[in-house]
Amino acid sequence: MAKYFVIIILLILLFLIFWNLQKNTAPRNRLDLLSSRYIDQGPREVGSANLVTAVVVAYRGFDTLGEVIVLFLAATGVGFLMQKRQKAYPKSNPASEILRTGSDVLLPVIILTGTYIFLHGHLTPGGGFQGGVVIASGFLLQFLARPESRIKVRKLHFIESISGFFYVLSGLAGLILAGGFLDSRFLPLGKWGELISAGAIPLIYSFIGLKVGSELVGILNNLKGD
Amino acid sequence: MREMAFLGFALVLLGFWAMLTRKNILRIIIGFTIIDSGIHLIIVNLGYLPGRTAPILEKGMRVGDLSKHFVDPIPSALVLTAIVIGLAVTALMLVYAVRIYERKRTLNIDKYRELKW
Repeated sequence: MAKYFVIIILLILLFLIFWNLQKNTAPRNRLDLLSSRYIDQGPREVGSANLVTAVVVAYRGFDTLGEVIVLFLAATGVGFLMQKRQKAYPKSNPASEILRTGSDVLLPVIILTGTYIFLHGHLTPGGGFQGGVVIASGFLLQFLARPESRIKVRKLHFIESISGFFYVLSGLAGLILAGGFLDSRFLPLGKWGELISAGAIPLIYSFIGLKVGSELVGILNNLKGD
Repeated sequence: MREMAFLGFALVLLGFWAMLTRKNILRIIIGFTIIDSGIHLIIVNLGYLPGRTAPILEKGMRVGDLSKHFVDPIPSALVLTAIVIGLAVTALMLVYAVRIYERKRTLNIDKYRELKW
């Protein structure tokens, strides 16, 4: 009982912190200088219709590189911790006919949708991370439908390494050919609103999508065991 | 959108409650993900301005006075980062839970004697 009392006191104190923060911040009715610069100059400078993509890939590309590295480290840690485990789990029942057939039908469509999402990251809501997660969800469905199936881990690691390598390489290309590291303007900006436009953003987001997708499939494969 | 910030903070408190009172490690991890979602709601809410739309250009919009029509894109970009990192941390925590289960054959933290003194 004393424990619950302490916990409730703690939560009340946390709520007071938030209450004070909320009371002392005035509601915003206009953007600050940096945001309005990104919004006003983004379409002209970067050529991307989705301004969140312009911030993520072009203006703050370095953050995104760090994010990809964090995800890579987590995937490596998962792989390291899950190797050489003694197998003591009972065998699960085979999946039903509906799940297996549905998974076979849906897997290509899900991969196509994921590819669409990361290729159109500069035009529509979406991008490399979202597309990669959609692709991994297709493989999760396949793992649920056929627990005995194996994926080719070497090919997966090859895709992951190659896309990460080309991501950093395109960053270096921006350093040499354009304004700085991960500057996406080393390719021509093209006509606004078309698929091949906005400099290197579709290229960079494709590398990120492939890398995130293969990393998440690797994490799922490790968590599946065997 | 003050209500949305309160909703996010209610999720944070709920997640803390789950993490502090539950005994099962998987439920503690679920509590962590609830805190995560609450924080994402709060950060996205920081960039919201009333009556504006998502910062995605469409045909027919006039470049020049866009900063009067769009919400702040920076919190959205930061939340994108935070979601991916939350996913990575959750995956690592789940793997630790699997390893602990293999070692101890239980997920109840009261049964782990090493943590007591």
